[in-house]
Amino acid sequence: MKNAFVVFALATLALLSYGLYMALVVAPTEATMGDVQRIFYYHVPNAWAAFLCFAINAVASIWYLLKRGLKSDAIALASAEVGVVFCTIVLITGPIWAKPVWGIWWTWDARLTSTLVLWLIYVAYLMLRRFSSSGRAPVLAAVLAVFGFFDVPFVYLSIRIFRTQHPQPVMGGGENSGLDPVMAHAFLWNLVAFTFYALLVIWMRYRLQIAEQAVEEAHAERALGERA
Amino acid sequence: MTSPSLTAITRATLAKDLRLEWRSKDAINSMLFFALLVVVIFAFAFDPTAEESRRIAGGLIWTALLFATVVALNQTWARELRNNVLDAYRVSPAPANAMFISKAFANFIFVAVLQFLMAPLFVVFYSLRSVGPVWQLVVIGLLANWALVVNGTFFAAMSIRTRNREIMLPLILFPISIPALLAMVEATTQVLTGDSSPRFWIQLLAVYDVVFTVVCLALFETVLNAE
Repeated sequence: MKNAFVVFALATLALLSYGLYMALVVAPTEATMGDVQRIFYYHVPNAWAAFLCFAINAVASIWYLLKRGLKSDAIALASAEVGVVFCTIVLITGPIWAKPVWGIWWTWDARLTSTLVLWLIYVAYLMLRRFSSSGRAPVLAAVLAVFGFFDVPFVYLSIRIFRTQHPQPVMGGGENSGLDPVMAHAFLWNLVAFTFYALLVIWMRYRLQIAEQAVEEAHAERALGERA
Repeated sequence: MTSPSLTAITRATLAKDLRLEWRSKDAINSMLFFALLVVVIFAFAFDPTAEESRRIAGGLIWTALLFATVVALNQTWARELRNNVLDAYRVSPAPANAMFISKAFANFIFVAVLQFLMAPLFVVFYSLRSVGPVWQLVVIGLLANWALVVNGTFFAAMSIRTRNREIMLPLILFPISIPALLAMVEATTQVLTGDSSPRFWIQLLAVYDVVFTVVCLALFETVLNAE
């Protein structure tokens, strides 16, 4: 298990380095946006990683409600925390990209708004965990995750309709319209690298959580032993 | 021993809650005064003209009602917790959902009364006059009420189990309710301004109500027994 972890970590490191090299050196400079566009190789893979984390959280939460295994709860917690971090990075790198390109830090357009709402839901999830006793937190959190899971389609649908009724203050078009093959190549490498990276961090956080559970259990057992 | 029927327990609990409320008027008084304060503060904050107010009224009404609803929702389970009623309920053979349905219905009635009393106030304070048909506002009001109350009652049962009880409810209710809020505000604004049809938003609210009612009923027992 430990060897697998080390191998996985090294593979992630190699992929991230290669992705960085592809993004900064190999990929051509974008015609209109210039070097700023290179944040694309960081911003979008992070968004993908965040959504991957939230998907893992949803599956683990439902699994926990069905089987009540502490491991699935540890996976749910780990993926939610890591997902919030990735999502935060997306929400920070987005404006950094938007300011020089669109001329504004933030616009309430469909994709930005729904990412923000998703972030809010998962921050609420972490808050709920933080303020629940350790015995109740897994159940309450898993229940909230199910609500979040059912809420996501409503969020996307409502915000999309809400926004298409208004003119968008956005000048640039979609970045996928006619992406240069070298750019697409660099992007895909980064996508793979960040998928590995997300899984690695979830794995680390998961191991930490399992250790915490073991410590807590040991404490509880000792307390019981002292009383007897 | 056969367990008592769902409807019988729901009716008994609902009658008890309504009688308690009728005699104390705790929830309705605090909600009403709170909503009134929010309305007055909004008037100072935005100082709207009649034309403007028609455009922003949808947002104002629902923000005021949302905040006031949280006041009532927070009191939902507090009484039962104090006298260990929830624990008694857990060990009884009564179906868990009866408790939930009766609490949700009680809150629905409280908020409906609040809406009924607040509506004329909005009309007077913001000199509102609806361009679209008013009956649509009634439909939106009922659907929106249930959208807030069904999840709110559920999350209130969750948040009383946390350390910071009362503050936890809005923290989990608001993010989940964002699509419903968007729908109720947009639908109300469409009716008031008569710009376009509120049909899509009313449908969205109705589907939201159905989906989350099912989710709440499916998971309430899990939350009630969470230890």
